[in-house]
Amino acid sequence: MNFLYHFGKYILMLKRMFSKPENAKLYWKEFMHQCADIGIGSLGIVTIISLFMGAVSAVQTAYQLVSPLIAKTTIAQIVRDTVILEFAPTLVCIVLAGVIGSKIASELGNMRVSEQIDALEIMGINTRTYLIMPKIAAALVTIPMMVILAMVLGIYGGRLAGAASNILSTDTYDRGLMENFMPYNITFALVKAYTFAFIISSIPAYFGYHVQGGALEIGRSSTKSVVVSCILILLADYMLAALLL
Amino acid sequence: MIEFNNIKKSFGDKVVLDGISHVMETGKTNLIIGTSGSGKTVLQKCLVGLLEPDAGEIKYDQVSFTEMNEEDRKLLRQNIGMLFQGSALFDSMTVEENVRFPLDMFTHDSIANKLHRVNEVLAKVNLTGSNKKFPAEISGGMKKRVGIARAIVLKPKYLFCDEPNSGLDPKTSMVIDQLIKDITIEYNITTVINTHDMNSVMEIGDNILYLVNGKKEWSGTSKDIIFSENKLLNEFIFASEFLQDAKQMRMYEAKGKSFPGK
Repeated sequence: MNFLYHFGKYILMLKRMFSKPENAKLYWKEFMHQCADIGIGSLGIVTIISLFMGAVSAVQTAYQLVSPLIAKTTIAQIVRDTVILEFAPTLVCIVLAGVIGSKIASELGNMRVSEQIDALEIMGINTRTYLIMPKIAAALVTIPMMVILAMVLGIYGGRLAGAASNILSTDTYDRGLMENFMPYNITFALVKAYTFAFIISSIPAYFGYHVQGGALEIGRSSTKSVVVSCILILLADYMLAALLL
Repeated sequence: MIEFNNIKKSFGDKVVLDGISHVMETGKTNLIIGTSGSGKTVLQKCLVGLLEPDAGEIKYDQVSFTEMNEEDRKLLRQNIGMLFQGSALFDSMTVEENVRFPLDMFTHDSIANKLHRVNEVLAKVNLTGSNKKFPAEISGGMKKRVGIARAIVLKPKYLFCDEPNSGLDPKTSMVIDQLIKDITIEYNITTVINTHDMNSVMEIGDNILYLVNGKKEWSGTSKDIIFSENKLLNEFIFASEFLQDAKQMRMYEAKGKSFPGK
């Protein structure tokens, strides 16, 4: 019952988000501000995670491929496909759910508690359109870009680690990357990235927008939004894999 | 003028507003007073549409607010200014940006014109030169004044103030009260104030609505309060011995006699 109540409220929030902006210029400014906040603000963590996940993936794959009958180029193929299919979209988005999700929930929660949302409503502004829509739109634009960046950096991290630990040369690694490449994997990863971007932005927006109480509740809603986002990402990950692969 | 009839609002089993009717007059400071939990804030939120009443009708200058659709309400709200208890300033914006925000959102004036209007209202609230400060850098009284400046920048017809004096020292409270009173007269607007502050009640209460447990208990002017025999009102307004003496003194003055004291 509780789930249905929240689900209904979430759908209503999304529905009411679509209205004509009072001033397109100001909404565009807010959208760009969110793009910078969500995109540029998360670049550092995405870069670090991606490089290391690629590197670890290369080293661990090499550790498991002990048979001399398996070509070394297979390591690069495995790293490439793992990074593209799973690590870049899912792992990065789970981390982003923590970074961006908690930020969105606490920002909106603070605005709610300090009556800033009420102040906007009184002015005649649709707060769902002005506050939530730009965040979701910015996430849908920047997160897939970051996932693509994560793919590139992850694969590059594997290349670096492979060469640094003498597992395979960069030439062998590059040759491996070209073998049996399926472009559909990129499409699949991007479908996942868009789905996760929507989850990462809309779920924390829901929890933040509907906070009631004070500072304690803002913290609680922020934590709750991250937990729910992560669970939904994993659920969506499985469902997309089952449906599209 | 804001007129409301038979406003009812409940949260679950708890009845918060129980059939309140009153008229808030134009060009006057209309006060809603009452103890904590009497329904003042809920009534004000119903009047501005932040909460929907369960029953009753609200009219802004004879136009039914209750029956308006969302688009019409949005248009009406551009004529409403509101000062919140905590000021509700946007933290990430400077004083100037806060005050300019409604102009940016709803007008297509040039930047120079907007800045001129911002400086005009900031001067009105005695905040000239504070344009580039952030809300975190100014005092509580200044925040309230920025809140007032933001509320009046679009020249509203209706001004709502929720506890404008909460957390302020008596002197600053008087400044804020006088500012609201001056703005009300100068712009000839309908001002509705929720307050606990007895000084405000006596100084600027042109039209007072006293609520007890969600019901209208009494209404009148600040002068009427002195002579009111309503027991609940007297207990609420003149709670301390000092204020009881003040009431007696005013009564003696009104009758042209000197107060004998104790």
